[in-house]
Amino acid sequence: MTRIRTRVSPGRIAAWAVLVVALFATVFPFYWMVRTALTPAADLYTDSTGLVPDHPTMINFLRVLGLTSQEEAVAAGGSGAQVDFLRYLLNSVVYSGLIAVLQTLFCAMAGYAFARLRFPGRDVVFGVLVGALMVPPIFTVLPNFVLVKDLGWLNTFVGMVAPSVLMTPFAVFFLRQFFLSVPREVEEAAILDGVGPWGIFWRVVMPMTRGPLLTVGLTTTVWAWKDYLWPLLSGRDEETRVLTVALGIFQQQSPNTQPDWTGLMAGSALSVLPVLVLLILLGRRLVESLNFTGMK
Amino acid sequence: MGAHTAVAPPHPGAGTSPGGAPAPHRPRRPRDDRKAAWLFLAPALLGFALFYAYPTVRGIYYSLTDYSLIATPDFVGGDNYSRLIGDEQFWNALQVTGYYVLVNIVSQTLLALVLATLMHRLTRSVALRAMLLVPWLVPNVTVGLLWMWLLDTNLGLVNHVLNSLGVGTTGFFTSPDWAMPSVAAVNTWAYTGYTALLLYAGMLQVPQYLYESASLDGAGEWRMFTRITLPLLRPVLSLVLVVSLIGSFQIFDTIAVTTKGGPVSATRVIYYYIYEQAFTNFHMGYASAVAVVLALILGVLTAVQMRLLRASRSDLA
Repeated sequence: MTRIRTRVSPGRIAAWAVLVVALFATVFPFYWMVRTALTPAADLYTDSTGLVPDHPTMINFLRVLGLTSQEEAVAAGGSGAQVDFLRYLLNSVVYSGLIAVLQTLFCAMAGYAFARLRFPGRDVVFGVLVGALMVPPIFTVLPNFVLVKDLGWLNTFVGMVAPSVLMTPFAVFFLRQFFLSVPREVEEAAILDGVGPWGIFWRVVMPMTRGPLLTVGLTTTVWAWKDYLWPLLSGRDEETRVLTVALGIFQQQSPNTQPDWTGLMAGSALSVLPVLVLLILLGRRLVESLNFTGMK
Repeated sequence: MGAHTAVAPPHPGAGTSPGGAPAPHRPRRPRDDRKAAWLFLAPALLGFALFYAYPTVRGIYYSLTDYSLIATPDFVGGDNYSRLIGDEQFWNALQVTGYYVLVNIVSQTLLALVLATLMHRLTRSVALRAMLLVPWLVPNVTVGLLWMWLLDTNLGLVNHVLNSLGVGTTGFFTSPDWAMPSVAAVNTWAYTGYTALLLYAGMLQVPQYLYESASLDGAGEWRMFTRITLPLLRPVLSLVLVVSLIGSFQIFDTIAVTTKGGPVSATRVIYYYIYEQAFTNFHMGYASAVAVVLALILGVLTAVQMRLLRASRSDLA
């Protein structure tokens, strides 16, 4: 067996070669993003192809983080419009953090009720709720925008997260599956000890389903982090502007005919950074969560 | 992981505490979960009512009105729908979306299948899988900007390389012929790794001994792929296909950043058309009618997905 595994055949070499090419194609564009971000805007026309910039600089990062004076930013290729990616980064963290934590919690509560508590009409309510999966986001986006506008919640975090913090049909469906597979004996022991449903949920069931909960939380974080259309509609203002929206607006503020590529790549790199940190901290979990979610 | 996805057997009809259990000093809770259940469900039900059910009704109503977002909706009956039939832009949007979905799904699934098979037969490396996942983790807006830069006509790296190969430059996102293939290629780049990992996860469920015995029988890799991997992967593969299909119908971010529907409507997909009608032209009623059509298409696909979801779980668990 070992002999077969370690044997070097032309087929195996070719297979590895394909994998390496795929990996290179995946990673290299990100390298190029950082490489451009480290290039002075003035050099772009003369130095846009070498593997490393001739005169590496941090100025692009500094100016998109709002750490330079306006004159310095303009001199470095900016439009002079005020940008503060540190703030947008923070807004993005607040936006995705709120959605991930609250949505996971509320969907877990609902999933648990559907899996374990008995009440009249349970299956009907569950069916209706999961039926909401059939309604595509674009369809609810238009009326939700009107609703949030009418409530006076435009450009507030409340309005931005409202449609997604309370529930999403898939998470309810998904978590219910896991609660169904928790052995009943464990809960029964707690019931005998006089623990109520709330106590059982928090102290018994939640700790036992930490893995699936983390999966839902992580995929929701990624989804919210990538989100563009809804925050664009509901939170365009400076105070609530998230990274994706900021990048879109920044793109349109180019000083000349060419977009401000060095600044854009610096801002783009900032939008990748937290994702990389997440991947380094929770990579195994994140990768393995795909083994059983698969559908977000 | 398989065990986690198993669907637990349905509940027995009776409550959890068996009737004959020895009664402790406190009376057993007669499983009156009603109150607790509604408390547990309160946030989700509120969310459902406010942001799913109500907007659905609202959306259908808007589709029957003339609504500019500023003035109050004006009921016009089926006017929006009959306008839709004669709207060339709408048909163009459907066509462009169909083209995109087709190109994207085919390339993405084939590439992902190759990648997943290679990983499955060669390595279990988590690091490798993590790296392949990065393009999916990054916002589409970032992906769009990154590739706009890489494919830029004058300064982009791709055109530089093409130039030095003597091929000549192409305005990838600015040419009516190239814009859609470019967008499709960019999204294939962004989603192939993710799709590959889903397929890879499905492959892990195929019993290893099948490969071992096939290999003892002298079967080559290609034979193992066509006779073992592919047939046993079918439930997962069809689920992944439907999920990607639903996803690609809703392409928006990449278009909004790279081409804005242009040049000359070459990339004006249906999602972007709805957005433009509602928020650029302020035709909220008409946009809603288009959204209803899209919702019908996606509703069918989602129903298929739900069926496959149940089927694939029970098959592989």
